[in-house]
Amino acid sequence: MLEAPALSLLTGGEAVAVAVRQIDPDVFPVYPITPQTPIIQSFAQMVADGQARTEIINVESEHSAMSAAAAAALAGARTLTATSSQGLALMVEVVYIAASLRAPVVMAVGNRALSGPINIHADHSDAMLARDTGWVQLFAENAQEAYDLMLLAPRLAEHPEVRLPVMVGLDGFTITHSAEPVALLGDAKVQAWVGEYRHPYPLLDTANPVTVGPFAMPDSYFELRYQLQEALERVPGVLEALCRGYARLSGREYAAFESYRLEDAERALVVMGSAAGTAKEAIDRLREQGEKVGLLKLRLFRPFPAQALREALAHVPHVAVLDRALSLGSFPPLYAEVCAALYGSPTRLQSYAGGLGGREIYTEDLMRLFGELAELPAGPTRYVGLRR
Amino acid sequence: MPSLKTLAHNAETDVRFTGGHSLCRGCGAPTVVRTVLNSIPTPVVVVNATGCLEVATTRYPTTAWGVPWLHLAFENAAAAASGLETAYRALRKRGAIPDEPLTFVVFGGDGGTYDIGLQALSGALERGHRFLYVCYDNEGYMNTGIQRSGATPFAAATTTSPSGRRDYGKHQTRKDITAIAIAHHIPYVAQAAISHWQDLSDKAVRASQQQGPAFLNVLSGCALGWGHPPADTIEVVRLAVETRYWPLYEVVQGHYWLNHRPERPLPLEEWLSRQDRFKHLFASENREHLTELQALVDAEWTQVEARAVVDAPWFEARPEMRGGRV
Repeated sequence: MLEAPALSLLTGGEAVAVAVRQIDPDVFPVYPITPQTPIIQSFAQMVADGQARTEIINVESEHSAMSAAAAAALAGARTLTATSSQGLALMVEVVYIAASLRAPVVMAVGNRALSGPINIHADHSDAMLARDTGWVQLFAENAQEAYDLMLLAPRLAEHPEVRLPVMVGLDGFTITHSAEPVALLGDAKVQAWVGEYRHPYPLLDTANPVTVGPFAMPDSYFELRYQLQEALERVPGVLEALCRGYARLSGREYAAFESYRLEDAERALVVMGSAAGTAKEAIDRLREQGEKVGLLKLRLFRPFPAQALREALAHVPHVAVLDRALSLGSFPPLYAEVCAALYGSPTRLQSYAGGLGGREIYTEDLMRLFGELAELPAGPTRYVGLRR
Repeated sequence: MPSLKTLAHNAETDVRFTGGHSLCRGCGAPTVVRTVLNSIPTPVVVVNATGCLEVATTRYPTTAWGVPWLHLAFENAAAAASGLETAYRALRKRGAIPDEPLTFVVFGGDGGTYDIGLQALSGALERGHRFLYVCYDNEGYMNTGIQRSGATPFAAATTTSPSGRRDYGKHQTRKDITAIAIAHHIPYVAQAAISHWQDLSDKAVRASQQQGPAFLNVLSGCALGWGHPPADTIEVVRLAVETRYWPLYEVVQGHYWLNHRPERPLPLEEWLSRQDRFKHLFASENREHLTELQALVDAEWTQVEARAVVDAPWFEARPEMRGGRV
C-alpha cells in the first residue's frame, strides 16, 4: 500500500542532492562547475549538518574528480560525483577508463553546452562527448525524473550483470535551477533500496591483491573492449527489472523511454530531456485540434534501445528527431541513432536541431514542426529557433 | 632503520614486486620499487602512473605485483591515490573494513610527476591525503623513447632536445620538483638515490609513518636514455650524488636535513663523462655550457646546505625527526 507522496518544492539540483544524501555514498569527489554546482553545494551543507556520512573530496579539477571516483569505487567504496560541460570534457579521458575498469560510479551531469564560445546553458553536447565511453547514459525530463533516476542509477551500475558507471543527465538551468514539486521517498526506503555496495575484488583487500588497469596488447585489447559491449547489451533487461521494483517502491513507472499519445500517432517526435515537457504541451494542443501527434521521450541513450524504439515507432509514418547537440559535419547524434534503429522501416525520418546553448524551444516551435513534418521533402537537418 | 637482512627477509616472505617483468637491463625503477615496498612495515596499495614501470610490469594477463595495484592514466596517479585513501577512511569509519593500518604508495616517473601529473600531485598534497608519492626520476620520457622532460638537466641531449652541429641539448634548467613539494608544507619531503639504498629505505619508512602526504624524489637511472652500460647504473647514480649534482636531503615539517655531504666532492665531469647524453659538452665549443651546468649544480647545493645549517639546531632538539648521515 503506497502512501500519497508528500511533495517538496525543489530545484533539480536540490532533488539530486537529496537523492545523494539518501544514498549516503562513501565517497563523493567533485569540482565546482555551473550548472552542476547547486548539487554539490546542497549536498556539502547536508554533510556539514551531519545528514550524510559521505567523504567529499574537493579535488582540484574534474580530471582528478573522475580519477578519484574510479579509484574509490574500485577500492570498494560506493562513489558518486557530478559535473557539467567543460568538466565532463576535461574528465573524458578517465570517463573511458572508469568504464573499462568496470568502476560503478554514478555521476549526475547538469547538461550544458560545450565551448566555444563559452556558454553555461542547457544542451546535450557535453553528454554526446561521452557517448562512446562505455557508460550508461540516462536523461531526465524534470526534477522528479532526475531524483528517481539518481536512485535507480546505483542499482544499475552495481548490478552484477552490468558493473558499469552510469550518467544521469538533467538539463542545465531548465532542470538544475528550476523549482518543481518533487515526490521524495523516505530515507529508510532509499537505504533499503540501494543496499550495501560490495565490489567483488576491492583494491583495499590486501590479502587478495589484484592488478587493476594493466597494459593490454593486440592479443587481448579487442576482447576486453568486447566485454564492455556485452555488459552494455545486458543493461536494458536489468533496467527493466529494476524499474519494476522501483515502481513498487515509489508508484512511479520508468522505462528506457516514455511513449506519450503515441499509440495512434501519425506524426511523432523523438526528444531527450526537458524539451519533452514542451513537446507534451504542443502535442496536447494539437490533439485538441484533432491532430494525431505523439512523443517518444528517450531516457536511455546508452545503450541505445534500438529494437524497442523501432517497435514503438513501427506504426508511425512520420518521425521527427529533435537533437540538442550537433555532430558538426554530419547528422546530429540522436537522429543518427534513430536512423540506424529504423533502417529499412517505411517510417520517414526528419532531423531537427535546436535549443543549443540554452536557446529556448517554444511550444509554438514544436507545433510548427508537427505542422510541416508530413509535407516536407526528404532533406537535411532543419534548425529550430536559429536566426539566419 | 631496516637492515639489509630485514629487506631481504621481507622480499622473500612477502613478495610485493617480483621478477619476470620486461623492464630493461640496468633500469633503476625496480630498485626503487623493491627498496621502498620492502621497507614499509604495513600492507600497501600501489598506484602507478603510466610509464615504463607500468607498461613493463603489467602486460595482461601477467603481473609483477604481489600487492593491490591500480593504474588509471598518466597524469592522475595522485588523484587516484586520493580516491583510494578516502575510500579507506570512509569504509573504516563505517566499520566496513578492518581497522588496520595501510600505506598508499604512488610510483610515477618524472614525466608523470614534474610535468603532466603536477596538477593532480599538487591537489593531493594540498588536500593532505595520507599517502607516499615516490617519483622514480630518470630525467626524461624514457618510455616513449627518451624525450626531454621538466626533469631533464640543462644541456642534456634527448631525442627532443638533441645536440647537433648548432645546438648543445636542453636549453632550460631542471625543474626543482622537490622544492615544489616542500612549498606545499607537507609533513615530509626527501630526495634519495638508488645508489644509497639504506638512505632510501630509511626515508621510505619515515615517509610512510607521516600523518599526511609525503613525497620522495628518487634519482633512478636509465642506461638506455643516459647512454651507459647497463651494469653501471648504480655507479653512475652514485656519481650524481658524489659530485653533489643530486643532494640527498630531507625536509621534515619544513626543516632541512642533509643526509650526505661528500668529503671530497668530485668534479661534475666525473658524472657527465660516463653518459652519452652529455658527451657533446666535452667538445671545445660546448665547454661554456659545461661550466654553466657546474654553476647550476653548485648553486643548488649551496642553497640546500645553507638551509641545513640554519635548521641544524631544530634537529638537535629532535634527533628522532631526522634520518642518518650516509
